[in-house]
Amino acid sequence: MCIGMTNMAELHLHDVSVRFGGLQALAEVNFSLMPGEIVGLIGPNGAGKTTVFNVITGVYNASGGDVEYDGASLQGLKPYQVLAKGIARTFQNIRLFQNMTALENVMVAQHSRTGCGILGAIFRTPSQKLEEEQIKERAMEELRFAELEDFADEVASSLPYGHQRRLEIARALASDPTTILLDEPAAGLNPAESSELMETICKISERGINVLMVEHDMKVVMGICQRLVVLDHGVMIAKGNPEEIQKNPAVIEAYLGS
Amino acid sequence: MTIPEFKKHWTSLGIGMVWLFILLWPLLGIKPEGLEVASTFNVWWRIALGCSFLLFLYQLNKAGAFKFISRPAGAVAGSMKSATSMVPMAVWFVIGIACTALIPQFAGRYAQDVAINCMIYVCLGLGLNIVVGLAGMLDLGYIAFYGIGAYTYALLSVQFQLSFWICLPISAGMAGLGAWLIGYCSMRMRGDYLAIVTLGFAEICRMVLNNWMSLTNGPNGVTGIKAPGLYWFDFTNGMTLEHIWLKKLSLIYYVILILVVFTIIAVYRLQHSRIGRAWEAIREDETAAEVMGVPTFYMKLLAYCSGACFGGMAGAFYAARMRFVSPESFTFLESAMVLSMVVLGGMGSIPGVILGALALIALPEIFREFELYRMLVFGGVMTLMMLFRPQGMLPSKRTMRSGKD
Repeated sequence: MCIGMTNMAELHLHDVSVRFGGLQALAEVNFSLMPGEIVGLIGPNGAGKTTVFNVITGVYNASGGDVEYDGASLQGLKPYQVLAKGIARTFQNIRLFQNMTALENVMVAQHSRTGCGILGAIFRTPSQKLEEEQIKERAMEELRFAELEDFADEVASSLPYGHQRRLEIARALASDPTTILLDEPAAGLNPAESSELMETICKISERGINVLMVEHDMKVVMGICQRLVVLDHGVMIAKGNPEEIQKNPAVIEAYLGS
Repeated sequence: MTIPEFKKHWTSLGIGMVWLFILLWPLLGIKPEGLEVASTFNVWWRIALGCSFLLFLYQLNKAGAFKFISRPAGAVAGSMKSATSMVPMAVWFVIGIACTALIPQFAGRYAQDVAINCMIYVCLGLGLNIVVGLAGMLDLGYIAFYGIGAYTYALLSVQFQLSFWICLPISAGMAGLGAWLIGYCSMRMRGDYLAIVTLGFAEICRMVLNNWMSLTNGPNGVTGIKAPGLYWFDFTNGMTLEHIWLKKLSLIYYVILILVVFTIIAVYRLQHSRIGRAWEAIREDETAAEVMGVPTFYMKLLAYCSGACFGGMAGAFYAARMRFVSPESFTFLESAMVLSMVVLGGMGSIPGVILGALALIALPEIFREFELYRMLVFGGVMTLMMLFRPQGMLPSKRTMRSGKD
């Protein structure tokens, strides 16, 4: 378990429902992510875990309920506005900018924290140059954090799979988030890589960033999450600390079938 | 390389040649007097022989017959490459500009004319490159903004006698405004749908220019457009400032050269800025870009408008150089031409687009005698390029460096 230093941003989901036509993807999901926490979101395939992420980040709109972050509602915000509020995410199937270098990938994430316009870029004003330097500096910092600084000039698609996972996390961190949502960060990693990943997630938490992660690898989930939320068919069936969840009959039934 | 593989090449070549003959025959063989094989065969056997020879050389090379030449040649090419990469890009850029600036001193009227044409298309290509190459939106109606720019200067010059230099930013602005209007409605669409909308928009523009008789004089075009003017020192009695019209081809050449330099620098700087990175991120993965904090709708609109601005500037110059504009110059074929330059040269690559413009404007001029077969060759070359080098002649290289090495 790791203990984080805290920021003050709390994430609350109040009765969030999502409906796609006749399909109820999420039904009145309620949970919170408190400052400094690492929370795991688990459940069988198709349980609606990624949908939760998509609702929080504004990719989908909730058909009912409300997502509240840092005291304000996120309802109706576009994904880039949610990022500006401090929630960054990674994707289940890696979605890097394939033909850009690792460094550029990370630099893109600073977009919402910088403001130089088109004329500034064309005339290379001193403030634009300074800003570019800062963006690069900040991006290199995150690459070093992810131990990818040697690959800064490599095109993202040419990186090995494990590095691409780390690069995605670095990209999310470069947007200076207060909360990071990790969608199956350990998918496809070998045991050595996933234990490295656990260390990385702890380090992220120590930086004062709240972590919400979807993960299937129970070793990772049980190892670092302080609390777990379990979804099944869009319904929240349990929440609590890992020990409780492991013993919860509803969870066992959802995973193994009755 | 094994014998069966060689055989496979010859079979495909054979099938290809039969196919070519079937294609050529209706093109060349149908005469008023009836069908004729001789003239088709005459062309066909030369092509077949040429292709066979090339395939033969290719196979010899694969089999290693040319190792005695290719090995030292490869070494020389390698060392040349490392030597050229020692010189920074900016130096090549300056050398290129200097050489281009010298052309009017040596070349004749005709060559200057072709060079000016080339440079107009370089501007257009670079503008479209922002939309297609950087932001990854397929725009089939780019020429509309060229038309808007041209007509803006033409009308302002004829009606209000405004100077070219004042009209240049106005033309760019009008083209940008047009792009904003159409983009605001259509930027929610992606890919093919956007292409169709832009295509439709370009046709609407052309139709308006063609039919709004009271403003644009319709298909007759606008005449009497002023050339760019300039104040220059006059030494006849002391030193005074004299206003001159840049009517001479060698003078107007420098105007477009300045525009080209400005466009190249502007596009280069945009590409290597926060905004250019956002555009490329949108091209790579729009959803991921939005989630990583790029306001995609706004950035796409910005790409569309700034691309249009460069097109509008090129248009204003075109009007000033021709001193006549008519809707005929802004047909879909021109859009396709500019798009071909971008794709042929290499999407997102500035040297690539320049090379593409040179290839598509200058080469047809050089091969004027074969004008009849121009479109045939053009189509063939495009097909071959897309088959064997889909990334373009000079694909964009990732140039963002971390500064460690």
